[in-house]
Amino acid sequence: MLSAQGFGDPGKMKDYHYTGPVEHKFSPYAFNGGTVLAVAGEDFAIVASDTRLSEGYSIHSRDSPKCYKLTDTTVIGCSGFHGDCLTLTKIIDARLKMYKHSNNKTMTSGAIAAMLSTILYGRRFFPYYVYNIIGGLDEEGKGAVYSFDPVGSYQRDTYKAGGSASAMLQPLLDNQIGFKNMEGVEQVPLTQDKAVQLVKDVFISAAERDVYTGDALRVCIITKEGINEQTIPLRKD
Amino acid sequence: MALEDICRFKDRGLRTSEKNSAIPLDFFTPPSANSASFCLPNHSTTVRRPFPLSHGTTTLGFIFQGGVIAAADTRASAGGGADCMLWERILTREIRLYQLRHRRRLSIRGTAKLLSFMLHPFKGTEVCVALTLCGWDKEAGDCLIYVCSDGARLQGDIFSVGSGSPYAYGVLDGGLKWSLSKDEAISLAREAVFRATHRDAYSGNNVDLFHITAQGWSQRKREDLKEEYYRDMEKRSKDRREKIKRE
Repeated sequence: MLSAQGFGDPGKMKDYHYTGPVEHKFSPYAFNGGTVLAVAGEDFAIVASDTRLSEGYSIHSRDSPKCYKLTDTTVIGCSGFHGDCLTLTKIIDARLKMYKHSNNKTMTSGAIAAMLSTILYGRRFFPYYVYNIIGGLDEEGKGAVYSFDPVGSYQRDTYKAGGSASAMLQPLLDNQIGFKNMEGVEQVPLTQDKAVQLVKDVFISAAERDVYTGDALRVCIITKEGINEQTIPLRKD
Repeated sequence: MALEDICRFKDRGLRTSEKNSAIPLDFFTPPSANSASFCLPNHSTTVRRPFPLSHGTTTLGFIFQGGVIAAADTRASAGGGADCMLWERILTREIRLYQLRHRRRLSIRGTAKLLSFMLHPFKGTEVCVALTLCGWDKEAGDCLIYVCSDGARLQGDIFSVGSGSPYAYGVLDGGLKWSLSKDEAISLAREAVFRATHRDAYSGNNVDLFHITAQGWSQRKREDLKEEYYRDMEKRSKDRREKIKRE
């Protein structure tokens, strides 16, 4: 089959390209976009996510937040493939109930993180395409953030960004919260108001440059009083 | 120990790996043509993952007159990281169970053999685990054993594993002697990890260092290698300035 040389991309040596039929295997995965962020403070934790659900060049929904409340002190943010996010959160909810019924106590943030690690690794050979970040309060009441990779490796952090705009947000957080690459600054601990403001600013920046991030921002602030949710509009383009 | 039989979650219709009930983890595999006859996944039938899993780190261990030194960088990378983390938890659980059942501690060589046999069914799959078990027991004294998911199980005096290992080996082979003092050995291990993290793109961040003797293990405070790099740069420029002054 000859390709028309006058058309198409110049310089790509179309003479030598295979132009016959191509078989596409069904892929069980899809990428639905979205960005999640979590910050741990002295006595609070913040989990924030945008609310855009996209696929390819289309937007499925402008109101699909990616933060899910697990207990009164723990929120999980899941981004990646929405199908796997939904199933994973359902499985976590079921396991939380089972734990509550057998042990007569609510799971702590650290325990949820350890359990999620084993759930994810159980699918080592057909992974959940989900980037998880858990934010909550530990047993001492201090803020805790646990970040995961799709197959279950996790660690406790002070702050973490995950999802499509994570590469844009993480360096900014490293600078503003971790005081990395800054000389001669006074390293003050993060207050709750400053943290919320920073999260809003950081998502506004992400919505500027990442096509999969935008529409609205859902912020969940976890303190010992409970979980407070706020919704802030973002760019819709 | 929290690794209960949690993954035996019957409602989900998981296939239980009857052949390998010794492994306390149920692995869900995508449906394949061979699923009736063959338990574990084969390369040709795996679902293609939409994200890459990379492997990279530098770890090292060596034996000297004062015990065993183990050092590693802290850069986490997806894939190999999850395998090592989970398999280390599984191994910890199994040796704890052994201690409870047999009322004695499992030796290091026994631990290495146990891990090697547990990993054997996963040979040929994408599981990537490479551990250097460093320790002391009364059967073998100071002991250093390398175990990896390919099936290797080797006892030795010096090992370095990971993408940064060639660089670490260079530094270690140059400076290692049996008669080193504890501080000299620690500083050699730090230097080896530092040089490896400098040259290897996949290693970096901080260095963790452990010293193991018959009395137990102790961990050095985690050090950020960025500071070490700047100190080294400062020293080099100072040496250069002095050399120019002398000429």
